Amino acid sequence: MRRVTGLAIGLLLLGGTGARADLDSYVQVEKGRYLAVVGDCQACHASAKGPLAGGRAIETPFGNINAANLTPDRDTGLGRWSAEDFWHALHDGHSVTDGHLYPAFPYNYYTKVSRADSDALFAFLRSVEPVSNPVDRNTLPWPFSMRASMVAWNAVNFTPSAFQSDPNRSAEYNRGAYLVEGLGHCGACHTPMNLIGGPKDSQHLQGNSIQNWVAPNLTNDSQAGLGSWSVDDVVQYLQTGRTLHAAAAGPMGEVIAVSTSKMTMPDLHAMATYLKERGAAGPASPAPLPKSDGQMAAGETVYIDNCSACHARNGMGVPDLFPALAGAPSVRQVDPGTTIRVIIAGAQVVSTPAAPTAPAMPSFGWHLSDAQVADVVTYLRNSWGNAAQAVSASQVADVRRVVAAPGK
Amino acid sequence: MTRRLPKKDVAIIGLGWTGSIMALELAKAGLDVVAIERGPWRDTASDFSITTAPDELRYAIRKEMFLRPKQETLTMRNKLDQTALPIRQFGSFLPPNGVGGGGMHWNGQTWRFLPDDFRIRSHTIERYGAAFLPENNFIQDWPMSYAELEPFYDRFEKVLGVSGQAGNLRGQIQPGGNPLEGERSDHYPTPPMKQGYSQSLFTKAATDMGLHPFPRPSANLSEGYTNPYGVRMAPCTYCGFCEWFGCANYSKSSPQTCVLPALMRYSNFECRTDSEVTKVNLSADGKRATGVTFVDSERTEWEQPADIVLICAFSFFNVRLMLLSGIGKPYDPASGEGVVGRNYAYQVGAGAVGHFGPGFNFNPFAGAGSLGAALDNFNSDNFDHGPHGFVGGASITNAYTNGRPISYHPVPPGTPGWGAKWKRAVHETYNSTTNVGAQGSVMSYRDSYLDLDPTYKDPLGRPLLRMTFDYHPNEQKMANFMMQRSGEIVRAMGAKQVSTNALRVPYTVVPYQTTHNTGGAVIGDDPKTSALNRYGQSWDVPNVFVTGASSFPQNAGYNPTGTVGALCYWTLDAIKSQYLKSETPLVQL
Repeated sequence: MRRVTGLAIGLLLLGGTGARADLDSYVQVEKGRYLAVVGDCQACHASAKGPLAGGRAIETPFGNINAANLTPDRDTGLGRWSAEDFWHALHDGHSVTDGHLYPAFPYNYYTKVSRADSDALFAFLRSVEPVSNPVDRNTLPWPFSMRASMVAWNAVNFTPSAFQSDPNRSAEYNRGAYLVEGLGHCGACHTPMNLIGGPKDSQHLQGNSIQNWVAPNLTNDSQAGLGSWSVDDVVQYLQTGRTLHAAAAGPMGEVIAVSTSKMTMPDLHAMATYLKERGAAGPASPAPLPKSDGQMAAGETVYIDNCSACHARNGMGVPDLFPALAGAPSVRQVDPGTTIRVIIAGAQVVSTPAAPTAPAMPSFGWHLSDAQVADVVTYLRNSWGNAAQAVSASQVADVRRVVAAPGK
Repeated sequence: MTRRLPKKDVAIIGLGWTGSIMALELAKAGLDVVAIERGPWRDTASDFSITTAPDELRYAIRKEMFLRPKQETLTMRNKLDQTALPIRQFGSFLPPNGVGGGGMHWNGQTWRFLPDDFRIRSHTIERYGAAFLPENNFIQDWPMSYAELEPFYDRFEKVLGVSGQAGNLRGQIQPGGNPLEGERSDHYPTPPMKQGYSQSLFTKAATDMGLHPFPRPSANLSEGYTNPYGVRMAPCTYCGFCEWFGCANYSKSSPQTCVLPALMRYSNFECRTDSEVTKVNLSADGKRATGVTFVDSERTEWEQPADIVLICAFSFFNVRLMLLSGIGKPYDPASGEGVVGRNYAYQVGAGAVGHFGPGFNFNPFAGAGSLGAALDNFNSDNFDHGPHGFVGGASITNAYTNGRPISYHPVPPGTPGWGAKWKRAVHETYNSTTNVGAQGSVMSYRDSYLDLDPTYKDPLGRPLLRMTFDYHPNEQKMANFMMQRSGEIVRAMGAKQVSTNALRVPYTVVPYQTTHNTGGAVIGDDPKTSALNRYGQSWDVPNVFVTGASSFPQNAGYNPTGTVGALCYWTLDAIKSQYLKSETPLVQL
């Protein structure tokens, strides 16, 4: 007992430089706790060692990067960091411990986070239990193993900048923009990337393929984007993981479970307002295939036999359980990858406090051929008012190869 | 060596309907809850894919989800002077195994018992005189009235989303419902299922006969529904794979569809599957449970201390655990004393099959576990029993639970059992056969009971449960009466040829009959004739509560689950509003 007390005093004596947060900074810590939810820090930094203890391998096109230990452990975490150090990491992508950070840590978005929010986040991170978890932070192959190579990457893709609010827009729109473009880092998945993994700014939020899922177009585009969704639909989706036309699974399911389902309604409403009001962009959709098309006819029979019991003959599904496919942006993306993947491999919808039931789309890959999947996806994409490019059996085969591989 | 786990507020034995409801409500109340379940984890997303769930061979013939006799079985005999032998293949009833219990692979018929059922002894004596009761009967009034239980029936129905048509809403008779039912405080949560052609014939014929048919209450939902726990269900697709299957469409109410998604979000709840409770542990004076001992799948023994123990397993195993743990005095048929094992009862089945011939297409494959039309004119005391000389009654139903290819091929009487003629008959009659069936009550008797077998043991060396049961003359008369009524109705529906299904006597464990095994740890007002008080609390060990059909004093002419659920919420209410405050016996003598 005495020894424990001695240790506690020792920690207190370390004061502001190396110890956990002041007990009277409750408000600051709680603000930071919420911001850590908004930033979805756990998505990458959680591991078996703890929700922020790091060590999880983050897949990138260039190799795996192990997420850092964010707990205030002195030797393996951020124990020796100052608030200034933390701000540099968020704002400039530069770590006092590791040098240049890789953009798997989305500092090109976090650069927009205000200093006040950065300090609150840091205060929260100081308040959590330190976990000793040494993480190998240098796992990328050459030339990326040289962190200095990020100087070149930054020169092309990154300028540290502060968030600029638009005086011609509402406060809500600007709050939404701050969240979406900053801590929310939506573009990290939803914006297409260039060859070296930087965002294609000209196609901001127009949809992207990542980890063999399609992150859909988040502009107000009427076919592939949010054009047919109301602000309330977007809010409902982020809060519950469900709308009439969507049921979140895969990486977005994780985002909703860990992050957006725990955000405040005003913040969700602000994000939705920003996404809905910033305009539509993306390739024009083609004319729908006629019913007489051979693939459409074949796809319809596959649909009736396999899909209609849940998604209904008219494609309207069962509200809040089986998403409607009629009018669903997820099936109208230019890249049909998610639809193919979900049919082949199945997917489980996320459970949220507001919608605890987590139904699953079963795997049909074991009894539908590539051609049958191509036909039914083509049918979904061109029925009930949907319009999108036909899908070929070889596209299905490509997805099947990927999802059949371990760890995908 | 037994390893000891940290103490919990509540240990629940069995994660079926009652275990999962108890767990959710008590976790919600802030208690630290562990459920210990003998069988495996099962949830809809992982286990009941639409591409594999409707597999008749795997689930209905090979019975994948049921208890295996090598895990635990019973011994059985009809009479006291016989030697009971172990059931080596479950037949007449199929005990469940695994998360969801019987609530996962049931048909979904969700009935309320009738008001007279709750005071059947008093009512029978009042109307017919004491001499009308059968010989050696142990018929008992329930310790609560229908009116007292009504709010809890209502709550259970709302959790399940039961589809049906009210017949008696706050005393007002409603068109299309059951006018003979007890007074309901509210409508069913969802409208009745769509009825088939056969039900329309039944309804017309029965109405013309002066009877009162209605669509039977169903936990295969007619439309999408969100229950009070926020859990979402889908409309039934009438696929006909309900009983003995898990529902892949989120349409059949079960712990999986109605309770577990909400329960699993509580961090103060944990579930230990593939772990069998071997004993409820008692304090040295035997007056308090200190927790439970269980064995995991690697045969490691664990002790789980707990302040409250809830025995929520299947009825037989509730009784056996009480006997093995020394909770309550075992029943002795010689002296008629003792309570644990007393009042075991079952269900009577009888009916008639109508062969209609060409021109009738009933489409039995478009079925559902609870799809059907029923009538209660011959149930409970809804008719004058005086001329018939028996106590009790039956619900009479025309239903298509399924038309599955391996098991469903009705043929007219006189058809050979195999070969070309049989095949032709199946082809000709598959679509033009329907049946009217009666599901009847079974009274309790001095010589129908459960105890520990003197000879046979389970793999852990503990004695098996022994069943002593046969149908008595009262039940045989009743079954015969119901078979005749069923035959009259199916003839009136237009059947050209009628064959009858009589009650099989003596009772045999071989062909499947029903898994409505009741009694053995019954509720009551007198500790000399009941193991549990009116709240389901053990008279002897007040921090033990027992749920399930084991608490029925005798069985009624319905499926038990509706009443099992109502009793569960009734007990839960007593635990939350009384026991947690006092931690004492809730009924003082």
